[in-house]
Amino acid sequence: MAMSGVVAVGEPAFWAGIDRLYPETFIDYFRQISEFEPARAAEYGIRHFCWVAVNPKEADNPELSRAVLEKMPEFFEKPNVLGVGETGLNKSTDNEVDIFQAQVELAIKYDQLILVHTPHLDDKLKGTSRIIDILKGLPVDPDHVWIDHVEEHTIDLVKDAGYWVGFTLYPVTKCSKCRAIDMLEKYGTDRTLINSSADWGPSDPFTLQECAQEFRLRGHSMQEAVEVFYNNPARFLGQNPKFDIRPVRIEEKY
Amino acid sequence: MLSHNEVIDRYYLDARCELLEIAAMLDRYDRAFAADRSMSDTQNPKLTKIFEMLEILADRNALPDRTKRILALLSQLD
Repeated sequence: MAMSGVVAVGEPAFWAGIDRLYPETFIDYFRQISEFEPARAAEYGIRHFCWVAVNPKEADNPELSRAVLEKMPEFFEKPNVLGVGETGLNKSTDNEVDIFQAQVELAIKYDQLILVHTPHLDDKLKGTSRIIDILKGLPVDPDHVWIDHVEEHTIDLVKDAGYWVGFTLYPVTKCSKCRAIDMLEKYGTDRTLINSSADWGPSDPFTLQECAQEFRLRGHSMQEAVEVFYNNPARFLGQNPKFDIRPVRIEEKY
Repeated sequence: MLSHNEVIDRYYLDARCELLEIAAMLDRYDRAFAADRSMSDTQNPKLTKIFEMLEILADRNALPDRTKRILALLSQLD
């Protein structure tokens, strides 16, 4: 990743592939991504940032979730923690909705950025609509909210509501590089984040680099590519002063 | 050999993904066509071929020979 030009990674807290049984398991996980992972990434010259949250899948256990939420503010103090994420919905159960709302309220209280997971596959449209309804009922600044895994049938909902849009490049079950660029060309590049994913399922962290290459092959300029793949993340994440990577401008000199 | 239920369970998501890619490409073509005012109204022969292939795919009652029929459609015979 470093050799391909990656300067920073953002690691959201998510499902491990099994349902955790104890709040302490979450706390140790948060410690791993806020203490160990930055040191590991630094060995390769990559800045590491992270988010903390009870992910939507495990949010269906409200007792466990609320015990974790009590401890989360301690992690907002860590030098690489950017906010609450990934929160959101999975199957849109009542428990998930309650914990999503509680996490957004926590983020508002502690002035944190918010990264929202929208459901997979056939659950996505209903879940995204529900997420937006919930957010509209809360005093949250839309500029501080990144709604992720957006696809062609949910992008209008998210853009019309004024939130940042995220396309996640993921083999088979989420967006592809071509579809992501199609949406960029149709809707513009403003307030749009593109991310790859490397987690518990089949993943490929180089989908982002492939997407940047495809973007350039379609005739978009280097500066346009920098706007999408470097400056937009810098703009959104830079709202947290811990993320001190600033937008750049390429200048050609003769 | 997989049972018919195993086939659909194992390959459904891949098929879904690939169909979305085809849909996206067709949308991309139509947007570009609309933007390129110098194009004549004659449909691109490759696009015609794609829709002919999709007709073969959409034949729910076909024999299990869709792949062969598509390749035959694409084959240059002279």
